[in-house]
Amino acid sequence: MSQATQPLDVHKLREDFPILSQKVHGKPFVFLDSGASAQKPKQVIEAMRFVMEAQYANVHRGLHYMSEKASDAYEAVRDKVAELINAGSRDEIVFTRNATESVNLVAYTWGRSALKPGDAVAVSEMEHHANLVPWQMLRDAHGTALRIVKITESGELDWDSLEEVFADGKVKLLSLTHMSNVLGTYTPVERLAKFAHERGAKLMLDGAQAIVHRAVDVRAIDADFYVFSGHKLYGPTGIGVLYAKAEILEQMPPFMGGGDMIASVGYQNSTWAKPPHRFEAGTPAIIETIGLGAAIDYVRAVGFDAIAEHERHLTEHALGVLSQIEGLRILGSAQDRGGVISFVMKDAHAHDIATLLDRQGIAVRAGHHCAEPLMGRLGVTSTARASFGLYTLPEEIDALATGLERVRKIFA
Amino acid sequence: MNEALYDSIVLDRARHPRHAGRPAAFDAMGAGENRMCGDQVSIFRVGSTYRHEAVGCAILAASAELMCDAATGKNAGEIAILAKSFEQLVKTGQASPELGDLNALAGIAQYPSRLRCATLPWSALKASLAGDPGAGDRDHD
Repeated sequence: MSQATQPLDVHKLREDFPILSQKVHGKPFVFLDSGASAQKPKQVIEAMRFVMEAQYANVHRGLHYMSEKASDAYEAVRDKVAELINAGSRDEIVFTRNATESVNLVAYTWGRSALKPGDAVAVSEMEHHANLVPWQMLRDAHGTALRIVKITESGELDWDSLEEVFADGKVKLLSLTHMSNVLGTYTPVERLAKFAHERGAKLMLDGAQAIVHRAVDVRAIDADFYVFSGHKLYGPTGIGVLYAKAEILEQMPPFMGGGDMIASVGYQNSTWAKPPHRFEAGTPAIIETIGLGAAIDYVRAVGFDAIAEHERHLTEHALGVLSQIEGLRILGSAQDRGGVISFVMKDAHAHDIATLLDRQGIAVRAGHHCAEPLMGRLGVTSTARASFGLYTLPEEIDALATGLERVRKIFA
Repeated sequence: MNEALYDSIVLDRARHPRHAGRPAAFDAMGAGENRMCGDQVSIFRVGSTYRHEAVGCAILAASAELMCDAATGKNAGEIAILAKSFEQLVKTGQASPELGDLNALAGIAQYPSRLRCATLPWSALKASLAGDPGAGDRDHD
């Protein structure tokens, strides 16, 4: 592993990502949509192939060689995840399908058991739908309240609003993004944990974006819940993670019923397995989980310090070149921000921008980014978004800027 | 760069619309919305002419404009036939003479994800003809 201060050899790393050497519409593929889902290194692809070719059987069941091999490989990933986020124990790691399912799991089980009607859940104005809609559903089913913490013009949390939302002592859960998928804003999570805990509330963090860009330490943060998806972390789709403190998981009833989540089953009654298996009903995503393990090995070998430094340079570079483009407006100007940049252009709709860039081989996202209320808050209907990964080159950002100049000229 | 979709007619009509704006009085209206991108369009029939209110991308605006041109003076049956031809055009990219300036949108066939931008005004037009103002597309991300 390279030293933290050593800059990434991005050209070398790109050789690990077969898709990046493709051409799109006859142009080099410039992939600036990692925030939606990241590309996969061959180490992940090979790990998944290997398990299917040489190590596959159902897990936790068979008393035979292949099942034991598969179970060991599958459970080893729980240790890798625990190490990745510095959980206190492997039993605090629950595998889900994705961050969305993790939030829903917490809303459904913890929300209905630990919260009483009249208790409140607070989220911010800059949440992904995944950290908003489950709380609306909980409110409608269970009678909890849903409160919205405002953001400032720069796209940071508004602490006055936060104080206000907590003033009557009813908020029992503060559920926030760790890094906005629209504005790139990092939230000050240690401070937020302290704030919530002092007021008797738990803190849940949506780490779907943050986990990719920086080392996350759930114990240093003192987060009660932390969720993320594998597919944004250079791993496969279909595997996500819920971290929750052991004493919270212990108290939570199951999410779904079925095999693997039980201690004993009778025709009328059953008892539940201990966490984390209590929350993992049915045959899990064995192959994808092992793929996630390979992705974690990959990013840790590259090194989060080096990744964070690389992306900090990219973001600075991007903010610099994009701000030179006439009529382009970047949304959000948080002090602490990562490699996700949303923008709008005078006279050019986000979808027209994306289509014209696509013809130059450049992939950006356009739309509301699963944050429709935030679009309203920002006074736009949609934005174009460029987001970076460890494989992104400064030249690709220059290509974006050149492409946007062409868009500007077409619509000028 | 292949910018054929954004040829001069499309850009010109998106930027200099001739049929834009809600009329003070109208005989029928229909609306459509694409939730994925926030595009919204309303179509108003005034006698045998049409106007639109389009909020969204250039393709939506140009499509609404060219549609209003093409629908003017036509009855519901003729519009239904035209709508079918237009649907064929944007799906296959094959121009056909009876579509006139609408052929400028043939390039959309190369962009399946943008198809709805071109067809949304037509959904709203059909809704206006059916007398159901809210029957236009409502799409989700």
